Amino acid sequence: MNRRQFLGNMLKTACGVGLVGLGLGAYSKRASSMPANYIRPPGALPEEDFLGACIRCGLCVRDCPYDILFLGEVGDEVATGTPYFIARSGPCEMCEDIPCVVACPTNALDHELKDIEESRMGLAVVIDQENCIAFHGLRCEVCFNVCPIRGRAISLDMQHNTRSGKHALFIPVVHSEACTAVDCVNVPAFWKRLPSRSFRCIWQKASWASITVWAGRRKTKRARHWSHPTPSIVTTYPKGCVTTCKVKV
Amino acid sequence: MKLTRRDFIKSNAVAAAASVAGVTLPITNAAAADADDGIRWDKAACRYCGTGCSVLMGVKDGKVVASQGDPDAPVNKGLNCIKGYFLPKILYGEDRLTKPLLRKTNGKYDKNGKFEAVSWDEAFKTMAEKWVAARKAKGPKGIGMFGSGQWTVWEGYAASKLLKAGFRSNSLEPNARHCMASAVGAFMRGFGIDEPMGCYDDLEHADTFVLWGANMAEMHPILWSRLTDTRLTKPGCEVHVLSTYEHRCYELADNGMVFEPQTDLAILNYIANYIIQNKAYNKEFIDKHVNFTKTPTDIGYGLRATDPREKAAKNRNKGKLSKISFEEYAKSVEPYTLEHTSKLSKVPKDKLLRLAKAYADPKKKVSSYWTMGFNQHTRGVWVNGLCYNVHLLMGKIAEPGNSPFSLTGQPSACGTAREVGTFTHRLPADLVTKKDAHCKFAEKTWKLPAGTIPRANGKSDDADQSDISGKPMGKTLIHAVAMHRALKDGKMNTFWVMCNNNMQAAANMNDESLPGWRNPDNFITVSDPYPTVSAQAADLILPTAMWIEKEGAYGNAERRTQFWREQVSAPGESKSDVWQLMEFSKYIKVEDVWPADLIAKKPEYEGKTLYEILYTNGQVDKFPAEQVTDSRGNKYNNHESADFGYYVQKGLFEEYRLFNSAEGIPKKGHEMAEFDAYHKARGLRWPVINGKETLWRFREGYDPHVAKGEGVKFYGKPDGRANIITAPYEPAAEPPDKEFDLWLCTGRVLEHWHSGSMTRRVPELYRAVPDAVIYMNPKDAKKRKLRNGALAKISSRRGEIVCKIDTKGRNKCPVGLVFVPWFDAGRLVNKLTLDQTDPLSKETDYKKCAVKISRA
Repeated sequence: MNRRQFLGNMLKTACGVGLVGLGLGAYSKRASSMPANYIRPPGALPEEDFLGACIRCGLCVRDCPYDILFLGEVGDEVATGTPYFIARSGPCEMCEDIPCVVACPTNALDHELKDIEESRMGLAVVIDQENCIAFHGLRCEVCFNVCPIRGRAISLDMQHNTRSGKHALFIPVVHSEACTAVDCVNVPAFWKRLPSRSFRCIWQKASWASITVWAGRRKTKRARHWSHPTPSIVTTYPKGCVTTCKVKV
Repeated sequence: MKLTRRDFIKSNAVAAAASVAGVTLPITNAAAADADDGIRWDKAACRYCGTGCSVLMGVKDGKVVASQGDPDAPVNKGLNCIKGYFLPKILYGEDRLTKPLLRKTNGKYDKNGKFEAVSWDEAFKTMAEKWVAARKAKGPKGIGMFGSGQWTVWEGYAASKLLKAGFRSNSLEPNARHCMASAVGAFMRGFGIDEPMGCYDDLEHADTFVLWGANMAEMHPILWSRLTDTRLTKPGCEVHVLSTYEHRCYELADNGMVFEPQTDLAILNYIANYIIQNKAYNKEFIDKHVNFTKTPTDIGYGLRATDPREKAAKNRNKGKLSKISFEEYAKSVEPYTLEHTSKLSKVPKDKLLRLAKAYADPKKKVSSYWTMGFNQHTRGVWVNGLCYNVHLLMGKIAEPGNSPFSLTGQPSACGTAREVGTFTHRLPADLVTKKDAHCKFAEKTWKLPAGTIPRANGKSDDADQSDISGKPMGKTLIHAVAMHRALKDGKMNTFWVMCNNNMQAAANMNDESLPGWRNPDNFITVSDPYPTVSAQAADLILPTAMWIEKEGAYGNAERRTQFWREQVSAPGESKSDVWQLMEFSKYIKVEDVWPADLIAKKPEYEGKTLYEILYTNGQVDKFPAEQVTDSRGNKYNNHESADFGYYVQKGLFEEYRLFNSAEGIPKKGHEMAEFDAYHKARGLRWPVINGKETLWRFREGYDPHVAKGEGVKFYGKPDGRANIITAPYEPAAEPPDKEFDLWLCTGRVLEHWHSGSMTRRVPELYRAVPDAVIYMNPKDAKKRKLRNGALAKISSRRGEIVCKIDTKGRNKCPVGLVFVPWFDAGRLVNKLTLDQTDPLSKETDYKKCAVKISRA
């Protein structure tokens, strides 16, 4: 092999490697933008650091007593080999001894996390007050009832219901300083209301849940107090609803 | 992915702003207009609890496609709970039964055969043969029927007639026996007339609310919403909550108390003692309107007579009242001092004192609410009465805001189970089989020969009633728990369960219910829309049209009777309960069940079927079938009228009205409006006199039965006075011990209704609360090396089940007590519960038995 051949081969190899690398890079970039409902195990470092620290060993998955953790597979929208769970199908049970963190050999799941309630796997958000039936005075409160950080992560703000005049509203309010977002989205997802007549249930057209989780660990444990905007709309109702209801029996 | 806190908050703000701005509105509004086209809207009473919300049903192409709370309903003003929001979905479970199913082998009925589809004719022929044989061989208690507080009014009425007048048997009980019997017992003993004197308007009028064993936040969600609103908007309003564990009502409580099970008896006596010691009682009121009495003590626990606890009881099942003086009454409550009561109940003294002061304050209007905590209690009648004692001492009763209020669990515990007399001892409108005169009135109204209806003691005019069995009738009363015992013992051979899931509900399933149902001598029929635990344990399953698949009526806890029309047709061959009862009666000849001497009194009945005697009697078939049409011109089906050829529901209701409105009725105070009036109104609260409903009973100005100048009159009693009945604290039947070291309390959750046969078929509700869990104190869990979410085995002396542990959930149990809901067919908590009852009301106590828990 002469020098020219050698250099040529080197160049080809470099280009090839470069191309593969480019492809891999692009792929991993895509994979790193996880869907919002995919959530990392408790104690996970901020996503970029986590992807660097996680050696894809699967020990956390093995040690989860409730089998809720999965490893990303090729083609998944999550980096291959990294752990995640989907709260809607299997929420984190929030073990006191946090076995998944203990199992992590690299600190990708932060070993300093000792109190599971201090973990910040995500944050619940009431995304759709128009369709959250609690805002219309209906007694649902499923999100509140399933929340394991009972009363602190989601509280019910009780208010006078001016329209009925004699009932109360039980408005769910998320408190970011306590929310770990593990179970709240495990709520009925198929409700939809016709705005023309308030909180009417039409279920054939499956719709959305009114509460969702924003994945991603917040850096500070004690974030500034934040909750979704306290509803100023609770006293005004969509036009044409209830009071002007045509139905007379 | 990189999402900083800043980005995160920003994106949230955008999402929130978008939803506040109503960005989605224009699109969905258009869709809404389209979707509304051709939908027929009509009102119905909610299928679930005793609150009695009204709902609107939107029907298109024969299917309910939409629903909403009824904005014109005074109870709920357009609101629902989460169950009510998804309400019509209960009709469309995938496993609806559509054909009668009979256990068969080689084409013939076989107790151990497999279920095969049969015709209604074959089903009823098989059933009739068994029923007639059992009635002849075993007497009036040889057959039995278990009905429901979820029956419509006319279904209960038709059943009462079929059993009591047709089969001449008092073996008819509703599931209200497990639910409201203690409340009824206390109403009858205290006031001589059933059902609350107040109404839901008290929720706005009261200054102080006291909840006794009622988790209103979950079990009466819309009433709780009203109570909460009063608490939020009325200055000085306070809420006291008492229970054996902390539930969702404690979120609003100003004074929350967790007491040791059974010590509610002591706490109520302490309050009475406090009122007397501080001379806070209303002397004028008690002088004029109250009698003082005492009830026998040490009365047992309603267990089988062979149980050592029953043998030890001095006054087993006794409840006859004897008069005492005020001084004697005061002396009887004297032992219940603050110190003693606090020690016994484990409630801190300051909390008890605050509660007593709230009742004793003459300026505060107090409403007390209770449900199963009081009723499902081995001293249920006593404890209901002790609460009335406190209200009567203060005169805080029967006026706006001052109201001791017994909430019902079921949608028609009042309207059906209690008012039309589906209990073994009752007849319509508060009449009882114990009284010969009442039976005679019922016989006259029903055009029956005198002596047809079996008296409680089997004697009419002091002579034995003759029976088809050839023997004297004997004692004829049998309560629900005793029915299962009789089935097990082979004394009762046929049993028909309607609108009910008794195999999941009845206590001590392993030892009593299941052996009774599967006893080879017995033939069990279950009418249900779904293959429930009960249906699967039966021999014949009858597919049933439910709720709005028939014209119906319910009566809620505030005496409000509400009607609905048939909105949609039932699937397959399903038929309503009223159709089943009436059709079945065609298969029974009067000669099969009545003795010759009784038929001889009315020779024209010779050779007739029970159907002809009971239902085509010129009263029930009085109104011709008509096209049901509402005021807007919408038309509705009525399958029963079409099948029988007359307006069945109207005929049954109008005949029932004879018991409360005809000349010479033995008991006044139950007047109801005409049938048609209810289809126009959002329910009316009885007594309805001259079209006007009654909000508060027994008080002048509100109740037309109280004349001018009388002030207050408890007219259910001959002397117009209510009874204060003293009763002491007595311990529970099965307290925890060394081995079974925890109290078990059972109950419901907001998302599910009773045994879950309907709500667990609604995907959203199932998803919200899929399985029953054991609510447990974290300390108790830790002691047993269990943690939140772990599987645990919970066992009692009678059985065991496996559930997940929940130490963080909605119910916070004190150390030493666990709570398990009973909606889950996969985890039958009635394997654990003890078949103990209040010896007076015969109502089961599902709130107290001993269990142990270990890792599964």
